[in-house]
Amino acid sequence: MLLRHTTKEIKPREALLINPAKTCQPIGAMYAALGIHACLPHSHGSQGCCAYHRSTLSRHYKEPILAGTSSFTEGSSVFGGQANLLEAINNIFTVYDPEIVAVHTTCLSETIGDDLPQIISKARDEGKIPKGKYIIHANTPSYVGSHVTGFANMCKSMVTYLAEKSGGKKEQVNIIPGFTEPADMREIKRLAGALGVKTVIFPDTSDVLDAPQTGKHVFYPAGGVTVSELRSTGDSIGTIALGMTASASAAKALDAKFKVPCEILNLPIGLRATDAFVDALRKMGSVAVPDVVTEERGRLLDIITDMHQYFYGKKVALFGDPDQMVSLAGFLTDLDMKVVYVLTGTADGKFAERIREITKETAPQAKVAANADLFTLHQWIKNEKVDLLLGNTYGKYIARDEDIPFIRFGFPILDRIGHSYFPSVGYYGGMLLLQKILNALMDRQDRDCPEHQFELVM
Amino acid sequence: MVKILAERKKQVFRQGQDKFDLACGKHSVAGSVSQRACVFCGARVVLYPIADALHLVHGPIGCAAYTWDIRGALSSGPQLHRMSFSTDLREMEVVYGGEKKLYRDLRSLIAEYKPRAAFVYSTCIVGLIGDDVDAVCRRVSRETNIPVLPVSAPGFQGTKKDGYRAACEALFKLVGTASVKDVSRFSVNILGDFNIAGEIWTIKKYYEEMGVQVVATMTGDGRVGDIRRAHGAALNVVQCSGSMSHLAELMKNKFKQPFIRVSYFGFEDMAAALYQVADFFGNSLIQEKTVALVKREIELVNPIVQVYRRALTGKTAAIYVGGAFKAFSLVRALRLIGMETAIVGTQTGGVEDYQKLKELCSEGTIIVDDSNPVELSAFLKEKKVDLLIGGVKERPLAYKMGIGFCDHNHERKIPLSGFSGMLNFTREVYATVLSPVWKISKEIEV
Repeated sequence: MLLRHTTKEIKPREALLINPAKTCQPIGAMYAALGIHACLPHSHGSQGCCAYHRSTLSRHYKEPILAGTSSFTEGSSVFGGQANLLEAINNIFTVYDPEIVAVHTTCLSETIGDDLPQIISKARDEGKIPKGKYIIHANTPSYVGSHVTGFANMCKSMVTYLAEKSGGKKEQVNIIPGFTEPADMREIKRLAGALGVKTVIFPDTSDVLDAPQTGKHVFYPAGGVTVSELRSTGDSIGTIALGMTASASAAKALDAKFKVPCEILNLPIGLRATDAFVDALRKMGSVAVPDVVTEERGRLLDIITDMHQYFYGKKVALFGDPDQMVSLAGFLTDLDMKVVYVLTGTADGKFAERIREITKETAPQAKVAANADLFTLHQWIKNEKVDLLLGNTYGKYIARDEDIPFIRFGFPILDRIGHSYFPSVGYYGGMLLLQKILNALMDRQDRDCPEHQFELVM
Repeated sequence: MVKILAERKKQVFRQGQDKFDLACGKHSVAGSVSQRACVFCGARVVLYPIADALHLVHGPIGCAAYTWDIRGALSSGPQLHRMSFSTDLREMEVVYGGEKKLYRDLRSLIAEYKPRAAFVYSTCIVGLIGDDVDAVCRRVSRETNIPVLPVSAPGFQGTKKDGYRAACEALFKLVGTASVKDVSRFSVNILGDFNIAGEIWTIKKYYEEMGVQVVATMTGDGRVGDIRRAHGAALNVVQCSGSMSHLAELMKNKFKQPFIRVSYFGFEDMAAALYQVADFFGNSLIQEKTVALVKREIELVNPIVQVYRRALTGKTAAIYVGGAFKAFSLVRALRLIGMETAIVGTQTGGVEDYQKLKELCSEGTIIVDDSNPVELSAFLKEKKVDLLIGGVKERPLAYKMGIGFCDHNHERKIPLSGFSGMLNFTREVYATVLSPVWKISKEIEV
């Protein structure tokens, strides 16, 4: 057993972290930045940070991930990283020619106290930023928050640096899709398109991190929200922010700065969360929901109807990012499953309360924890087993040790494909998710049932 | 021609065109999309395979999260190294210091897991906020009676190579602290192999068959107890030039232990390694056994390798790896299966290494230090290679360009060392270079 070192007995532990269910801010900022067209993310810190983020994203997406680094040395840690960043900006525009550079900080540059706005304006004064090109930055100290916080901070920077109000209104809705997969962003666009609502989705990693095989390596793939689209967000009718932790701050910034009204919704995972999203789009865009979308909804509902007996009473453990957990817990509870353990690595004061509100009737004894680790989740499971586990790749150790059906969901997924191509948001994404859940449960039943109960028709 | 950063021009050399004056060992240019990592990364990869030790990363969560079991360093026993422990430093500790937390965490982890030793890695901000990690380690060591070894690895304090050095220094503190009673005079330590995909087990079996005892494997499938008595071995056999040469030097100075450098990759280098060890002992029985072993193993796999060679002859390859020693072996092994190397680069090579590569490679070969994706993809396009050998960040680059790829880094899943490893390597190269997928993608292009 790989995790033989996990004990069943749960002792109080102060702060010490064993087997994390989160990682640090900068990788979230890098991921968000990749959702801007022709953007080169830049890590202001040691070389290793950038290498780790690129490797992790490469493993998750199986795509080349490009990002610059300030390559801090002993000297920069004493005298500050200004010289490095100025040199980097110069080199980046000379050699890699991006439209925009999105700089994020690291624990090192934050602790040294580098003043990024000052360095960026110095670069501008010295003519290091070519005309028509942009630099934005987000503060992402690794010792605060998690990868989700870093994502949220970079989204907010897109607004604070780039959004403008021209005076006129644009018939478009801003959508902030949260820390989701390229496939999810693509599906959100498709759904909005089906409703006939014009949207600006930011960030948008579709066609960046699910780029087709063409026999050529393109430094800046076709996808991503463009700088001019980002600038236009101040003129939009409104903003729909999907996910409280990842998307709310950018939406609120647009509201505060340009009076663009915002609606903060749960990620549209599952039937009812998607209903809420479609409804918000309908109202904001002043459109009617077309039959194609209603029919899609109907198909999802049809699967739930046909298979509800297989969901009933199944005990599920979930771990992942707060926004995903809230929606997923809601969806699974609607399916009549018992969501008994929900855990996130991100510190979030309202997390437990929000989840309990969802599970209070179906699983009143549910264990819920924020700012927690996978060691804790494993201990819970050792004390009372579940029928299904959903979480990122690191869940596979627990699944194997405890022999539990396991569905990969979240970030990172290092050992399977599909997450970047097949959505889990929207009605269609819901259908795909249900298929996965049913396959996992029914394959297990086929494997475990005694021969005389082995059924052909299920 | 590829756009190369002006500062980097001296780090690229074209065989037969340029005067050899390759600059290396330089810090990466800021703003460059370098494929290199940091001091912490170097220290972590070297020490992490020690399976019965506790590895605690002192710093914010990222450094622990990104290195959690990503390198398939197999253990035949304990699996403690596959857990991820972090002090998960938060804002308060950055302001007030993390020593208390470190002390408390170490004590509770050692009580819980009873490891044979503990390694404490300090990351960037630990170096900056000035935690006295050494003092905490000394105290915990005194109180718990196990070695607790600080590994100074703030990322900004150099390159990955400096991390190797920090790891070697931590290991050196263990060496010489246990009895060498049962150590044979025909004995070696294996240094610089991390048992990726179980490679060290292949090599260990060869030595044992030769009649040579393996005292400590560093660090693949490593155990604290073995490392503590490693000074008893007659010879250190060092693989992978970059990572553990420093430890071999230290052991040579203190314990008068000689060392040799070897590579276990490819028929030629593998056989040379075993013969070198056998010759070192000068024992005729060992020498006879070695000759028999090499003969048997090569006869076993070579006929199959030759079948693949026919299909691969004339294909070309690019190599971009961490250390230079690996690059030498790869150039030779590729030649054995009919392939020439058109581009070869490393992250951490030294001047002598590049000089040697120059001698090894044929006319027109591009030799490059600390490359980046823009350069690499331009070189790949220019040379129209059929295969790229590299690590995790290079794989998708090759695939996008319609080029075969073979991982010679942490993500290899099958053992490539040893004679049997050469067959595995050949099969892997064959499978990717001649995959029908490239035909299909070229059809699309037309």
